[in-house]
Amino acid sequence: MSTTPAIEIHELSKSFGRVRALDGLSLSVQPGEIRGFLGPNGAGKSTTLRVLLGLLRADAGSARLFGGEVWRDAVKLHQRIAYVPGDVSLWPNLTGGECIDYLARLGGRADKRRLKARKTELLERFELDPRKKTRTYSKGNRQKVALVAAFLADAELYVLDEPTSGLDPLMESVFTGYVREAGAAGKSVLLSSHILSEVEKVCDTVTIIRNGKDVESGTLEELRHLTRTSVSAVVGADPSALAALPGVHDLAATAFAGATRVTFDADNAQIGAVLTALTALEVRSLSATPPSLEDLFMRHYGDVLDPGTAAVGGSPEGAKGAGAR
Amino acid sequence: MNAHLASATAAAAERSARGSALAGTGALVRFMLRRDRVRLSVWTASIVFFYAYFVVALGALGDQARAGRALIMQTPSGIAMGGPGYGIENYTVGVAIANEGITWMVMGLAIMSILHIVRHTRGEEESGRSEPVLARTVGRHAPAVAAAITLCAVNAVIALASALVLSGVGGAELALADSFALTAGSGLSAMVFGAIALVAAQVTEHGRGAVGISLAAFGLAFMLRAAGDIQQRHGSALSWFSPIAWPQQMRPFVDVRWWPAALCLVAIFVFLLVGAFLGSRRDFGGGLIAVRAGRSDARAVLRGPATLAWLQQRTAFSWSAIGLGLMWFASGTLLPDITSMIAEIPESNPVFAAVFGADPSQFTTAFLGVMIMFAMLCCAAYAVVMGQRAKVEEGAGRAEIALAKPISRHRWFGAQLLVAALGTGMLAAVSIWAMWLGAASVGYAEQTFADYTGVLWPYLVALASYLGFATVLYAWIPRASGAGWVLLIYTFVIGMFGGLLQDLPDWVHGISPFYWLPAAFTEQPELGHMLGLAGVAVLLFALGFAGFRRRDVPTG
Repeated sequence: MSTTPAIEIHELSKSFGRVRALDGLSLSVQPGEIRGFLGPNGAGKSTTLRVLLGLLRADAGSARLFGGEVWRDAVKLHQRIAYVPGDVSLWPNLTGGECIDYLARLGGRADKRRLKARKTELLERFELDPRKKTRTYSKGNRQKVALVAAFLADAELYVLDEPTSGLDPLMESVFTGYVREAGAAGKSVLLSSHILSEVEKVCDTVTIIRNGKDVESGTLEELRHLTRTSVSAVVGADPSALAALPGVHDLAATAFAGATRVTFDADNAQIGAVLTALTALEVRSLSATPPSLEDLFMRHYGDVLDPGTAAVGGSPEGAKGAGAR
Repeated sequence: MNAHLASATAAAAERSARGSALAGTGALVRFMLRRDRVRLSVWTASIVFFYAYFVVALGALGDQARAGRALIMQTPSGIAMGGPGYGIENYTVGVAIANEGITWMVMGLAIMSILHIVRHTRGEEESGRSEPVLARTVGRHAPAVAAAITLCAVNAVIALASALVLSGVGGAELALADSFALTAGSGLSAMVFGAIALVAAQVTEHGRGAVGISLAAFGLAFMLRAAGDIQQRHGSALSWFSPIAWPQQMRPFVDVRWWPAALCLVAIFVFLLVGAFLGSRRDFGGGLIAVRAGRSDARAVLRGPATLAWLQQRTAFSWSAIGLGLMWFASGTLLPDITSMIAEIPESNPVFAAVFGADPSQFTTAFLGVMIMFAMLCCAAYAVVMGQRAKVEEGAGRAEIALAKPISRHRWFGAQLLVAALGTGMLAAVSIWAMWLGAASVGYAEQTFADYTGVLWPYLVALASYLGFATVLYAWIPRASGAGWVLLIYTFVIGMFGGLLQDLPDWVHGISPFYWLPAAFTEQPELGHMLGLAGVAVLLFALGFAGFRRRDVPTG
């Protein structure tokens, strides 16, 4: 494996008329890395991926794949990548199987026998009937065609734009399996998504995009470190001392079976000191929930999203509309 | 606009009875009119304009020229392209409009009606757009009924406006009642084809199939009417099977009668009933014709964008080739009739000789030249449509998938254009050779196969500019891709009427690619002109490729 980053984006900007879709975005994916690319609809995810593919021309900044310039060297670079677009539309007069073969052949050289075996396996795993005309496919089935075509390609980098939209949970786990397989084989993946759980499941690193700019980037561990753990404990002693500790938030204490139940959020940076203080209080039971990606996400988007609709990740069917087109 | 629809249907839902098959029709009617306000306005304006144009153009001819025209209208091809010949003895402007215009007005209106109905019924279903609409309190027949109601409304507006314009422009010569009989009859006749489209939309699963079936029905009606009227002046029994004959049989400007309009009403009613019957018996999104399972692996030939482009264009190409081939073959078979008829005329009719010259063979050649120009305009139309295939691919998001593969822009774009160009060329060859074959099959050998081929190749060079122009538009101003039609319409207008307008500067003619071509069968192509045309085409394609290489896909 070379050490040239699979993807290296620096201060990328792109406007459509007066709409600024990307505004100084930076992002990188190292060889073998699986990076989640998180943001709600319209944040600029699809635009970023299309710039990477040389479909859109950036206004400013640089975007490189394997060290090559994405616009100028597009054709050469595409031999090494597989792409699943956010809104899959296929040739209506072809069957799903024909589309898959066609896309595989556009990719160029390949071992035919391996390809055939792999195709059969992928079709089976994704439970896709390849003999139907694609115009009769549902959204989920179109998505499967694109996924089969992508994983059929022997790529070094997978660029996936909300690849599980329209898939049922079973198929989602099949998909997750293939992403993990790619990661294990040393391939790089950039997985754009607004489904937090999916990113949490497969990604090593995450970049969060907001209004065309990366607002947070790092490993899941690093990002978690920036957030808080929810702690719930039943203690025998008086817990009021906890409130004075740095890094403790929203402390609440209620009487519980002759003892006291406390719940609070603790900054992960301070978690050691907080736990030391807590164990001094005759702990009878303790549960600590690590921060979810959703908490992370909400820190960046909470102010713009009403809690009622905050399930950004809860709705895989969420219309992928305005931002993508 | 969807939000508008959502609130409109929600409001309608409160008003209408739950579960009714027609619930929400009113809201859909308003929605369709709103969505299509530009489209329908353009149709209305164009058709009204053509009526006005007919009056002016035919009036400008003068009595003598019109009398000559009446003679042509009695030849088989004149009857096929015109009408049953009511009032042909005294060929006034009104009679001429009724005799020659109705077929084409019905054609225009029928195409509008078919597209409108299919677009709002099967087209919406196919794209899945009507699913959220039907999921609301909207009855299953509501979209079809709303489409029919809006179609009625548009046709009524066109009929009224056209009648007013006809009698307004035509003055005392064109009575309002007769004008209205003509325009309303044409509208009703066209709506028969709209109703047929509604039936077709139930039968096939795809909008394109429904349009195809409906257009085929129109083609059949066209042939029946032509054949029936050729058999017998004023129409034989055969003519009456064709809805196109009905407005003609109302005899506007001769001796107007209204009852043939009732035939249209009955036919519309029957087809709507059949449509409703079929519509109640099928699933949403399903058709009555089942779909077979296809291949699970692609054929070995499907390995590049050019092959795929051909697979996508071949259906349209095949049908165009068959349709145009048959049409020009039939026209070719009429050539001896035209010639022999014309040969007799100058002796018996000095007026005719004054208008068209005394040499009948020259006239036939000129007539043939005009026919070939029409045939080539059809091919140019094919080029314009196929030149927009790349735009369709891009709009649907399929260009993105292909271009994300190691396929260069040039290769992908070139594949689309290559297939479009080859299709256009083959269509031109089929059209011209079919004409030759038709003429030869009835023993008319004035022009040889080589003569026809000699006419063909300069046209091929000229046709390239239409595709090139569409290419440049798509590459540089994708939103204005439809402007490719402008060049075609320009060519038509200049080609047909440029000669009538004496004082036009040369460059106005020169914009039309066909202007640079030699007169068919009588002149040799000028090398300079041909090189110039080829140069322009090459330049346009180069410009198109350069533009497409540098722009965003999909464009914002």
